[in-house]
Amino acid sequence: MTAPGTVLAVGTELPPVACGPITRTTLALFAGASGDHNPIHVDLDVARSAGLDDVFAHGMLSMAYLGRAVTQWVPQHRVRSLAARFVSLTPVHARPTCSGVVDTVEGDVATIALTVTLDDGTLTLTGTATVALS
Amino acid sequence: MPIDRDTALAHVLTPVRVQVERGALRFFATATGETRPEYVEPEAARAAGHRDLPVPPTYFFSLELQGPDPLGFLGDLGVDLRGVLHGEQWFEYVTEACAGDTLTLRARLVDVVDKKGGAMQLLTKETTVTDDATGALVARLGAVLVLRDVA
Repeated sequence: MTAPGTVLAVGTELPPVACGPITRTTLALFAGASGDHNPIHVDLDVARSAGLDDVFAHGMLSMAYLGRAVTQWVPQHRVRSLAARFVSLTPVHARPTCSGVVDTVEGDVATIALTVTLDDGTLTLTGTATVALS
Repeated sequence: MPIDRDTALAHVLTPVRVQVERGALRFFATATGETRPEYVEPEAARAAGHRDLPVPPTYFFSLELQGPDPLGFLGDLGVDLRGVLHGEQWFEYVTEACAGDTLTLRARLVDVVDKKGGAMQLLTKETTVTDDATGALVARLGAVLVLRDVA
């Protein structure tokens, strides 16, 4: 749950949030729930026709996990922005971990540097969130 | 085949008007492993200070996809969906949106950049979200799509 007393000082490491594992069912549910029906995430035939060995997770699934993490660290009404760069594909069965460290504090706003990594160390997403201190 | 920059920037995307639904928000919570009561139970949401179930941080992306043929603009531009990767995504939040709100999302294509001698292109789309009842700006979002040729 949200820790209202979390101090956001430069260098503060926020508690990592473990997500997944991402099963094929997860991908089917997320396709429906998110409205992203691109078949490359759920249809093996389509994935193979694009030269891939298997389907892979929606980038926005990892970003949704990141949204969960950020709103555990800071109540949502204080979140001013969330940005992500998708740097590598997330395979089926992956277990992403969302991490954050406070990068800067200027005035009433802290910038949190974000990453999503897999168990084998693969970095799948980098990002930033800006949050109000109060 | 690369898309033409001028054609893309002149492309008019139809605004999406959508009512945020509790059931859809619960489905999104289920799909993303969100179990906190304030994101699935309206009473808990109100107790936590929200007007109703809050729209979670990335859900504006999904609201935009609720319009008719949401990826149609890519087909119109001649893009093969199999070659599309999501490169970047960002959100800026202005006011909170909750279940029951009717929102209008207006998107436009703002940039096309050629990479690797045209073998890859970066297409940037930006969207504003406004509340129909108040006219207030709720959020802005943007995406960079990576377009690659699929052999």
